[in-house]
Order: sequence, then C-alpha cells, then structure tokens
Amino acid sequence: MSVEAVLAPGTDDTKLQRTPEQEIRRQHRRRLLGKIARYALLTFLAIVILFPIYITIVNSLLLPADITRRPPKLFPTDPQWGSYADAWNQGHMSTYMVNSAIVTVIITLGQVVTAILAGYAFAFLEFPFKRTLFVVFLATLMVPFEVTIVTNVATISNLGLYNSYAGLAVPFLATGFGAFLMRQAFLTLPHDLRDAAALDGYGHWRFLWRVAVPLARPAVAALTVFAFLAAWNQYLWPILITKDDQYRTVQIGLKQLQQTSIDQYNITFAGAIIAVIPLVILLLFFQRHLVRGLTAGAVKG
Amino acid sequence: MSATSPAVTPARRARRRRERGLAYLLLLPALIIFVTFVFWPLVHNVYLGMFRNPPFPGLPSKYVGFDQYKDVLTSQDFLDSVKTTFLFAILTVPIGIVLGLGLAVLAHQQLHGIGVYRTIFSSTVATSVAVAAVIFGTLMNPSIGLLPWLGLTTNPPILQNPDWALAAVALVTVWQTLGLTFILMASGLQGVPDELFEAAEVDGAGAWSRFWHVTLPMMSPTIFFTVVVGTIFAFQSFGQIDILTQGGPLKKTNVLTFYIYDTLQRQSDPGKAAVLAVALFFITLILALGQLRFLERRVSYER
Amino acid sequence: MGRVVLDHVSKKFDDVAAVDDLSIEVADEEFLVLLGPSGCGKSTALRMIAGLEDPTAGTIVIGDRVVTDVEAKDRDVAMVFQSYALYPHMTVRKNIEFPLRSRKVPAAERDQLVADAAESLGLGALLDRKPAQLSGGQRQRVALARAIVRRPQVFLMDEPLSNLDAKLRVQTRAELVELQRRLKATIVYVTHDQVEAMTMGHRIAVMSNGVLQQIGRPQDVYAKPANLFVARFIGSPPMNTVTGRVVADGVDLFAELPGGRVPLAPEVGAAVREAGLEAVVIGVRPEDLTFATEASSFYGVGGRGVEATVTVVESLGHERHVICRLTDQQIVIVRQDAHEAAPREESATRLVADPAAIHLFDPESGRRLGTDDA
Repeated sequence: MSVEAVLAPGTDDTKLQRTPEQEIRRQHRRRLLGKIARYALLTFLAIVILFPIYITIVNSLLLPADITRRPPKLFPTDPQWGSYADAWNQGHMSTYMVNSAIVTVIITLGQVVTAILAGYAFAFLEFPFKRTLFVVFLATLMVPFEVTIVTNVATISNLGLYNSYAGLAVPFLATGFGAFLMRQAFLTLPHDLRDAAALDGYGHWRFLWRVAVPLARPAVAALTVFAFLAAWNQYLWPILITKDDQYRTVQIGLKQLQQTSIDQYNITFAGAIIAVIPLVILLLFFQRHLVRGLTAGAVKG
Repeated sequence: MSATSPAVTPARRARRRRERGLAYLLLLPALIIFVTFVFWPLVHNVYLGMFRNPPFPGLPSKYVGFDQYKDVLTSQDFLDSVKTTFLFAILTVPIGIVLGLGLAVLAHQQLHGIGVYRTIFSSTVATSVAVAAVIFGTLMNPSIGLLPWLGLTTNPPILQNPDWALAAVALVTVWQTLGLTFILMASGLQGVPDELFEAAEVDGAGAWSRFWHVTLPMMSPTIFFTVVVGTIFAFQSFGQIDILTQGGPLKKTNVLTFYIYDTLQRQSDPGKAAVLAVALFFITLILALGQLRFLERRVSYER
Repeated sequence: MGRVVLDHVSKKFDDVAAVDDLSIEVADEEFLVLLGPSGCGKSTALRMIAGLEDPTAGTIVIGDRVVTDVEAKDRDVAMVFQSYALYPHMTVRKNIEFPLRSRKVPAAERDQLVADAAESLGLGALLDRKPAQLSGGQRQRVALARAIVRRPQVFLMDEPLSNLDAKLRVQTRAELVELQRRLKATIVYVTHDQVEAMTMGHRIAVMSNGVLQQIGRPQDVYAKPANLFVARFIGSPPMNTVTGRVVADGVDLFAELPGGRVPLAPEVGAAVREAGLEAVVIGVRPEDLTFATEASSFYGVGGRGVEATVTVVESLGHERHVICRLTDQQIVIVRQDAHEAAPREESATRLVADPAAIHLFDPESGRRLGTDDA
C-alpha cells in the first residue's frame, strides 16, 4: 500500500480499515516469512551441494549389503569403522598419503618461494624487459598442461627422475599465477615503507623478508592454500610419471581402490574420504585468508 | 634515466647494474622451470609432431614434416574430439558461473549463521576431480547407485549412454568446481561497496533490478576473469573422464585431453599425441584471446 | 659536522625540471625550512638529499663527504615522512630499534638507545603497542624516535605536521624546535605552511617551480621579499599587490593608482627609469596600511593616501581584516588591531602607509626594485 495510493483522492476508504498496530504486525509477519523463505532456499541448496559428500561418509560406514539396500539407509546406526582400516591397509592408502604429502609440500614450498621472489622483483625493482617478462610469466597460464606432457615425460625421464618424488614435483615448482598474486599484494604496500627501510639501512633482500612478506601475509596464505590444493588434487601427471605403489599418490590410489574393491563400495568411499580429509582440515584453518588474499588485488584483474 | 644523461656516474651505473642483477636472479628459478617445462615442450611438440610412429613398437619413427599434421587435424576423430571439448566447455562454464554467482549473492545477505552456509557452498573446493568422479560414479551406477533409484536414469544407463554421458560428466565437473567458483564470486562480491546497493534501494530498485544494474556491472571484472580461467580449465579436464567414461561410450566423451592421453599411453603414438597437443594449445590460446578481446569490452573497470 | 650542501642540483623528469639549478648550504646545527606550494620541488630536493632520488645534475655534500652517488642507507641521514612510514606489523619498540639492527649495534647498547629515544619523546608507556593502536600524534613521535635513535648527521623532515589536527600541530611545532636545540641537530624541513616556516626555521628557502626564490632569515624574507612570489606567499593575510602606472611630476616619480599616488624612493625611481618601466607593482602588507584621518596628513609627500571603498569588515576577535576596493576594483586588505576604530562597510575612505613599508616590484619579472636584496 503506497503512500500515494493512500493519499489519492477517491480511494475506497474501506481499504484503509487497518489500525497502525495491525499494519506493524503485518509487516513483521511478512518480514519473518521472507526470512524463513530465504533460510529455506539456502538450506535446500546446501543440502543439494553437500549431499554427495554426506552420502559418501554415510556409505563408508555401512556394510556393502546396506549400501545397496533400497530404500537407502541415510544414517549409519551401526558405523563400521573397519572400512577405513581396510582402505588404509588394503588400499595402501598410508603409502599414498605419505607420497602425496611429500610431493605436495615440495610443490607448495617451491611455488610460494618462487612467487615471492618474482613478485618482489616485479613490484620493487627496475630492470629492462620488465613488462615483457611479466607477460611471459602470465603466458604460462595459457598453456594447458596437457600440451606439455609429451615432452615433459621425456625430459623427466632423461633427467633420471622418472618414478620419483623429484619427478612428481619439479615441473610445478613455479606458477605465473603465484607471481601475479604476490606482485599485486606487494604493490598495495605503502611506498614510503621501502624508502624508510632504505634509510634505516636495509637492502632489498632484508626488506623483502622482514617487511614485505610479513605485510603480505594474506596473499601468501591464499597462495599456499591454492598451491596445496592444486598439488594434492593432481591426477594426470602422477599417472604418467609413476609406475608403482612406491610413489603413487592418493588420487591414483583412489582410482585403484575403486577397481580393486569392486563390490566393497564402503571401502572405496572410505578411501575418498581419507583423500579429502587433509584438505578439509587445511581449509578450515585458512578459510578467511582465501577470500582476503584474493581481494588483495588479484581477482579484480 | 637515459644513457646520455650527463649525471650518470660510474657509481650510479654500478648500482643500477646490481639492481638489474638482483632482479634477474630473483626471476631465475621461476624462469628455469617455465622454460624447461612449459615453453620448451610447446616448441618441441611441434617438432615431435613431424614424426610418424610405426604401428609396432620397436621400429623407428619416420620424419614426415607436416604431413602428419595434415592427416591428424583433418581426421574425423580429431574434429569430433574438438566438438566434444567445446560442447563440454559450454556445458560446464556458463552453468558453473551462474550457479556460483547465484550462491554468492544468496550468501551475501546479513543473516544469522550465514557463515555456515558459506562454508558449505565452498566445500567442494576440497574435492579433487578424482574424488568427485568416484563419488558420482557410484551414485550413477545403474545397479547400486542412488540416482537411478531416485528415478534419474536413462536407458542405457547414463554413463554408458552416448547421448547423456557427456552431460553426466559435465554435471560432475560443475559440482566439483562449484566451491572454487563460489569463492571467486564471493570475493568479487565483497569488493562491491555497500553504498551502491543502499543507494539503489533508496532509489526504489527491487532485488532483481539491484542485481541487474548494480551487482552484475560491478562484478563484471570478476566474472570475466572466471570465464577466461574457467574455460581454460574446462579444456584441461581429464581426471573425471578417465575415471567415469574413459572417453566413451562411442567416443562421445573423448575430449582433446583424453584423446592426447589415450594416444600417448595406450596407443604409444607420441607423434600423433604431439600434434593433438599443439592443436589444443592453439585452440585454447585463440579462445582466450578471443574472450579477452570481445568480452573485455563489456567489462566496466572502476578505478 | 652535519652540514649539507646542494651545489647546482637539478632533477629532470623527461623535460620537466622538478628542481632547477638549486644551490643551498645548510650550516651545522641549522634548522632550514624548504617552503613552497605543492609541486614546487621541495620534496624532490629533500629526497635527493636523502638519496631516494638521483639528481640529473649537480653534487650533494653531507658533512665533508660528497654523497651524490652514495646509496641512501649509507648516507647517515634520517627521515621523518609525512605519512610516518611506520612498519605496521612491528611494535613501537621494534620500529624504533629497526635502524639499529641493520647496523649490527650490539643488543645492550641498542636497548639503551631505544629507551633514551623513547624517553625523550614520552613514548615509554607505548613501547609494546603496534602503530594501529596509536593516535596520529603518537605515531608521529614514534617516527621521530626512529629518526633520532641513530644520531644521524642530518634530519630530513617531509611535512611531518600536516597530518595532525590544528591544536596538536601548534604544540608539536614548539616541541620540534626544542628538540632541535637539545640535540644540536641539523634539520632540513619541508613544508607548504608558511606559519611553520616562520616560527621554526633559522632560515627559510622559498621555492617555486623548482627554482629557489629567496633564502634568508624569517624576518628578512618577511620584511624584504626578493620577488612577488615570496611577497605573496609569506604572510597571512598575504601582502597586498596592486598595479600602478609610473608618472613623473618634475624630478620625482610616482606610482599612480586610481584615487591616489604613491611616491617612489630615489633608488627605486632610478631603477624604474633605467628599466624604462611604465607600470610597477606596489606591495604593502595589510598591517602596514591605515585609514587616513586628519592627523595622518603627516605621512609623506602626496600623502593624502589612496581612495578606497570599504566592502567587508571581518572580525577575528583579536584583529580585524577590512577588505577594500580601489576605484578600479583592485582589492586591498587592511589589518587592524581590535581596539582600533572600525570603518563602516560601504564607506569611502583613504588608505595611507609609511613609505618605508612600501615595496615595489617589476611587473614583468616580479623582482623587487631598488637595493637591499635579502
């Protein structure tokens, strides 16, 4: 009921037969309904998105027979934790987890360090071909990984790194994305700080590690998380470059688990959950930093 | 700072040389990796593609110049694969962005406990394509999967169905990337100053109007970035195809990346694989550049 | 010895000269103020002394060393930035000791120096806070402490007071003057605020468009501005400048204004005749003008003053600014003490001044006419 409608001449007076209290209550009710509707929508979407993961956790705790039962059991009243032990031992998940962990840490460390170094150079130093080199860094993002696999397999083999941690990690020790993110973050630091540090007696190297990096912590955190995620979830490269369980990673291990435990879905699902848990832990800790690190200039283009 | 400036003394030149040296030193580690594992392979691929591999391993490969390029790039398999890849991108990128943006807008409200919803919406970022494929593969399994039981099935079953397999894999991909898309959209949304929304509200704009006239334009740089990056990733999808359909049925999910892998590993034909890889690179590049040129015009950057 | 010498120093960006052939000598223990509007080159000059910019020409000497090519960190200067440039992730204590760590000062000595510096600026209680938790004034003192902790040869300050509110500014001004005296420090101080320059500096160097306009003691620059720019820049309210035609009356020269004429002193007259000027710019400070009464016919030859109409009377409490218009619409401001009789708005009056307080400038070059360059 707009004000104009109320004030317009010739309005039917019978429509206005609501007291102010009734009007307020009506608005309250409407707002409450609106809120309920919004929560309902959000909850519905959350359920749809979480459902696959939820059902996986549930199924990992059921007996294989229960999994195929119809109607399906949506809650494990008698959780069978044994499937996790089976996935761990039968599926060699322990080995795979260790391999994934080692390779991921190496890659993450490499990417973060090279990104910090390159980002600092682009943000604070003057040198010829600076812009060209930056374009070169960004160009690496355009090259799909699959394009490089044929040669990279050969290169790694020739270096004698086939089926090794080094072979798994070396091609990924640097990314253009990382350098870009760190450059943006360094550029947002107040210019005076570099001058002040220069007068205080600090050269570039010490300024980088004592002032620039601590102040760019959100971006470093975001980069670490992304690098960790990407490295942990790698699939194609580990398949190409490893040939036995000694160096296989969790993702491949999962596929193998699925093939070896054909009817024991609970074990496969347990394996999937095992593969996901480290990331969930990581994300819970770093969730805030992800968004903050991104908005330090990167996503804005 | 020209070289002819009379004030450039030897001491100053030395200083600048040191700064230059430091800069190159800092860039060196990354550059070594890039040259060895990104740029060199790119160039080397072109060369590798000129060697036709024999059908029997052990025999030497023959140099044929660009003949192999001609043969492979005009083959029906290749053209089909390109079509499949584009179809896959079309199925995953727009839907992913619309969903991600929608979720981000919904999660942008000031409701009690909205943080929980944001965590849930971003949760799939913890999943890998392998995890997602394993989960959905079982969910779609005709004998024991939940989705067929719910009635969401086709005949033949969805992952073996030439007409629906690609869509199924696309669904898995959209779900798996939803978390990351949500995070990207949510951070872009955070960058929109609240005053703009408030001003629109005071001006009488309803929710839909606010979305169209404030949210979308202000988010266009983020959306643009996500489209470009999302397309590049879509063209690089591999894991889910390897686990779910292996390029079938009837090659209906034979995206370029899988085709390359299949050619390299199972058919042991690195020459042909190299040709395909070169093709993939150029397609991706042209696509990205095309997006940069045509879409960026519609992006309103705010300084 | 903390003296600073700039010898024909220039700084060009492409073809624009931010600093043009600047030569200044700052004596040991001197407080020199570089004064000028924004863009005049004062900050660039300061940064060249610091070593943060390289001059395109000229040499810079600090103490008895030629430092033109020496890096900033080796020049033994300290700088207080306009934005303070405190390291946000470090406590006050760590901020202050930062310059000592890079010079590998042993821990015990370092702690003592930090304590002394903090003490002398009243920061003792704040040593473990972070900059974000401090007020503007406190942050500024941390920046100062960081500068003095090293006991450098020279202190450079780039508009350190501009981010403080008015009251704090006045207070800190006095504290800085006292600090300089206590430390016997050589300070080069950049500001656009002429009140700061007048009250703090031993000498003021006025700059405009990269060129040094005048350098001298505050009272000299005030009383004998070398050109129109300095005359107008220093003093608040600024010096009145009006243009008048040169007329001769017998052997005497006058500057004729609508509504009156001003006699030119002999040396000035000679300079005018030599240069063949047809018009001159007359400068009189507002406090040197009075309203003519019968008694003031005492003032000078032709001293019936200049006709003017009072337009606006602004009362500031302790003084009064009376804005008048000459018959050709040029504006003149007269400053009165509060106890003097205020003229009525819209009334006609005549303005007189002591000839000694009248400055004359060449309208083309802006240079002051006559002898006695500052």
